[in-house]
Amino acid sequence: AVVSTQSGHYGRGKDEGTTVSPKKHTMQPIVTGTSVLGIRTKEGVVIAADTLGSYGSLARFRDIQRLMKVNDSTIIGGFGDYADFQFLMKLLRQQTIDDEVVGDGVYRDAPAIHNWLRCVLYNRRTKFNPLWNTIVVAGKNYGGEPYLGYVDKIGVAFEEKTVATGFGSYIALPMMRKAMDENPDMGVEEAKAVLKRCLRVLFYRDCRSLNRFQIGVVSAGETSISEPMSADTDWSIGANPSGYE
Amino acid sequence: SNFIIKQWYQRRVVITAGGFSFDNCRRNAFMEKQGITFPTARKTGTTICGVIYKDGVVLGADTRATGGSIVCDLNCEKIHYIADNIYCCGAGTAADTEFTTRMVSSKMELLKLRTGREGRVISALRMLKQYLFRYQGYISAALVLGGVDVTGPALYTVYPHGSTDKLPYVTMGSGSLAAMSVFEDRYKLNMEEEEAKALVCDAIKAGIINDLGSGSNVDITVIRKGEVEVFRPYQVVCQKSQRQGDYTFPRGTTVVTNTTEMVPFSALQVTDEEVMEL
Repeated sequence: AVVSTQSGHYGRGKDEGTTVSPKKHTMQPIVTGTSVLGIRTKEGVVIAADTLGSYGSLARFRDIQRLMKVNDSTIIGGFGDYADFQFLMKLLRQQTIDDEVVGDGVYRDAPAIHNWLRCVLYNRRTKFNPLWNTIVVAGKNYGGEPYLGYVDKIGVAFEEKTVATGFGSYIALPMMRKAMDENPDMGVEEAKAVLKRCLRVLFYRDCRSLNRFQIGVVSAGETSISEPMSADTDWSIGANPSGYE
Repeated sequence: SNFIIKQWYQRRVVITAGGFSFDNCRRNAFMEKQGITFPTARKTGTTICGVIYKDGVVLGADTRATGGSIVCDLNCEKIHYIADNIYCCGAGTAADTEFTTRMVSSKMELLKLRTGREGRVISALRMLKQYLFRYQGYISAALVLGGVDVTGPALYTVYPHGSTDKLPYVTMGSGSLAAMSVFEDRYKLNMEEEEAKALVCDAIKAGIINDLGSGSNVDITVIRKGEVEVFRPYQVVCQKSQRQGDYTFPRGTTVVTNTTEMVPFSALQVTDEEVMEL
């Protein structure tokens, strides 16, 4: 998502001396992913994202993976520019390989990955060349406790029970917060059901969404990302003759 | 006689001249450059919503009015009376929603007297949209209009530019996405009244809790055929907490070292007088 244009004229124009303008970065995300949702329960963390890569208003890539299993303790979800997310995924994959090569059986845990991402993203923003992403880090720490974190393209980072990016923060987060308030001892299966409901509502109301998503789980027993699935939708409201008055 | 006919004709053809006059804009821009700050409009930064249920319409609203990031009014009324059977929730600039709904309410009353019939929601809708369109969106009133008339229950949204929607469930305002998520999750056709009230209350609460522009209480108005029930408030979500301590100083805190008698004014005697010549 970076196009650096150096406009320096070295005596080319007829009325020019040697003038060099500062390096400019054209900033706009190109292929984008929409909301990523996460819920942290006492049993484990559940994270969800759809499989759509939008090219502006075109639903261009309908089968991309926006959830990535970093290692057995962490799954990350990427919102925003997909190229920048692929770059981060490449770096994280290399990190996991480096951990493995050390050979002591210790891999970076979710808080470590969250912190690393925060440093990288904040550093890039300071250089006015951000990675145009919001990353949700779902996993567990070395003690096995569930961990859910959020990092922004400007380096905002925090840990929360419920987390959502983009449109999800307006539509899904109220639903997720209510579900957690009513049932704080929710299990992983219940959390998955809540996320499915949220993804259904997001499909109704987010123009850049798709009814095809993956749900990832990090708990004591498993760390896995599901196969793509869909939510049942009810469009019968549209059957009523409506119009505008 | 020519003159009389012309007058009669002119009285019949009344063209409503449209919109605002922008003559002062250049002057205002100049003033702003000089450093004069204009007052900001008080907005309602709102969550409003409505649903159609089995017997009629339930309208809901929060009660916070904001001016910038300050809460101007903790308990303002956002569900406005249009007619006995028609109510309208308003989001956007508080003055615009208040005066627009009052204007239409007055026109509906005149129409009722003229026709001898109970007003219809569609009439109020037409009046609102034709008025707002004339002002090209400069009157920032986003409304949820609902009521029950001879044709049955009706629920509409009106946008500041004058477009309208006819839907079974609607939300407007800054908290509209939070409220809409509740509706999209749980709305069903032909709900019972208690179900509808609970749904509207939950939708407004989602806005109050998750949106910073909405807050305080949930107001609900239920409109059925022939009667209206106003719950103000339906539920108090944000209550001002009790002050932890007493900040008043008890009598005797300040030590009195000396007391002097206060001389009443009447006890004073005029010793010397000089009247100034005008």
